Amino acid sequence: MVARAAREIEPGMVVNLGIGLPTQVVDHLPGDFPVCLHTENGLTGIGPTLPPEAADRNLIDAGGAYVSTIPGSAFFDSAVSFALVRSGRLDLTMLGAFEVAQTGDLANWKIPGRFSPGAGGGIELAQKARRIVVLTSHTDRAGNPKLKAACSLPVTARGCVARVFTDMAVIDLGPGGFALRELAEGVGLAEVTQATGAPLACPEGEIPRF
Amino acid sequence: MRLPDKTCGLEEAIARIKDGATIMVGGFGVPGTPFALIRELVRQGQRGLTVIKNDANERGLGIDHLLAKGQVARLVTTHIGLNSRAVEMMNAGELEVEFNAQGILAERVRAGGAGLAAILTDIGLDTELANGKQRVEIGGRTALVETALRADVALIHADRSDVFGNLGYVATARNFNPLMAMAADLVIAEAEAVVPLGGLVPDAVQTPGPFVDHVVGLPALSEEYAVVRR
Repeated sequence: MVARAAREIEPGMVVNLGIGLPTQVVDHLPGDFPVCLHTENGLTGIGPTLPPEAADRNLIDAGGAYVSTIPGSAFFDSAVSFALVRSGRLDLTMLGAFEVAQTGDLANWKIPGRFSPGAGGGIELAQKARRIVVLTSHTDRAGNPKLKAACSLPVTARGCVARVFTDMAVIDLGPGGFALRELAEGVGLAEVTQATGAPLACPEGEIPRF
Repeated sequence: MRLPDKTCGLEEAIARIKDGATIMVGGFGVPGTPFALIRELVRQGQRGLTVIKNDANERGLGIDHLLAKGQVARLVTTHIGLNSRAVEMMNAGELEVEFNAQGILAERVRAGGAGLAAILTDIGLDTELANGKQRVEIGGRTALVETALRADVALIHADRSDVFGNLGYVATARNFNPLMAMAADLVIAEAEAVVPLGGLVPDAVQTPGPFVDHVVGLPALSEEYAVVRR
C-alpha cells in the first residue's frame, strides 16, 4: 500500500507527508526523484531521517523525527510555512484517517472522550492542499469500515479527499461516491465491498492489482 | 551613536513576570523551546499563567514542568498529543485548553505583533473550531474572524543575539519564535551565543532588536536541549 501510494507523487511536486503511515512513503521514492517535501514546522527539502547519534538537535520534522537537509533546502517560520499551504503551493498531501465519508469528508483529529490532542496543522493541510489523498487501513482494529456514508467523528475538512489507499484497495472519490480503481494482491471484490461502509462503484472488466 | 545594551541576568528577567500573566513561548517540539527561561519561571513559581505555545512539549520537558507545578491555568495551543500529562489535566478539567489550527495560531500571533485586530480566514469553517467565532461575508464568501493575540511576555529561544537584541535562529528552531518576539509587551530572549554590537551581519538579523527587551545569554545548554532518544 505504501509503495503504491508513493507512485502518486509526480516529478516536480511539493508534497507534505502526514505523521504515521504517510511518512514511510518517502522510503519508496528513488534517491534522485525530483520532489520537494515540506514539513509544517519550517522546512522544504527534507532529507533522510537520521539516527540519534547523527541527529542535529535543531532539525526535526513535524512528527518529531530527526531529519536532514539536502542541497536546496530552506528553513522558515510557522507563518511562512502555512502561507505556503493555504496559498495553494502544496501540490499534494498524504494524510492518515479515522474515517473518510463518500462525500470526501475527512475525520482524522478527534475521537471525543478518547483522543483529542488537537489537530495541529491537519485542518489547513486537508483544506488547502491541491490534492488530498489518504493512507489508512481499510477497517479499524475492531473490523469496522473506515470508509463510510458519513463521518460519525468530528470532521477535519469537508469534501477534501480525492483518493484513498488502503491495505485492500485504491479507491477514488467523485460525485458518485467511492469508486474502486485497484485491488491489492490476493483481495477479492466481495471482500472489499463488504469492508466498505458505503456503496462502492466497480469498474467494468478486470480490476488492476497492486 | 551607539545601540543600547540589553543583556540581563536570568533571574532578573524572569522576575518581571507577574502572577496571572499571559505568556507566549516559542518552540515546536524541542527545537526553539527556551528551556532555561522556562526552568527559571518554574523555580520562581508565578501562578495562574495563560501559556500560548504550539505544543505542550513532552512529559518531563519544557512547559511540562509548569503544568506539573500547577502554574498554568490556560493553554492556547495546536497539538498536545506528545504530552500525556497535558491531555490528562485537560480531561480532568485541571487545565483549560484552547485549540487552534497551527497556521492560524501563527497568523493570530503575527497579527498581534503587527498591530492588527484580527485576521479573516476560511480555515476550520466546517469544524468545531469555528464554534462561537464571529462570521463575516467577504467577497461573497464566509470567513471566520480570528482575533489577534498579544501577550504580556514572550519567552524566545535564539541561536544568537547581539547585546542590542538583534536575533538569529537556526534550522527548525525558528518556528514560532520570530512571530512571538513581535507580539508581547515584554520580550525576553535567551541566546546560545551573545555577540558584541557588529557581531551580526545586518542582513542576517531575523528579529530586529527594537522588539526585544532583555537578552539572556546561555553559558551552557542543559540536557533538555539535547537530541531526544525515544
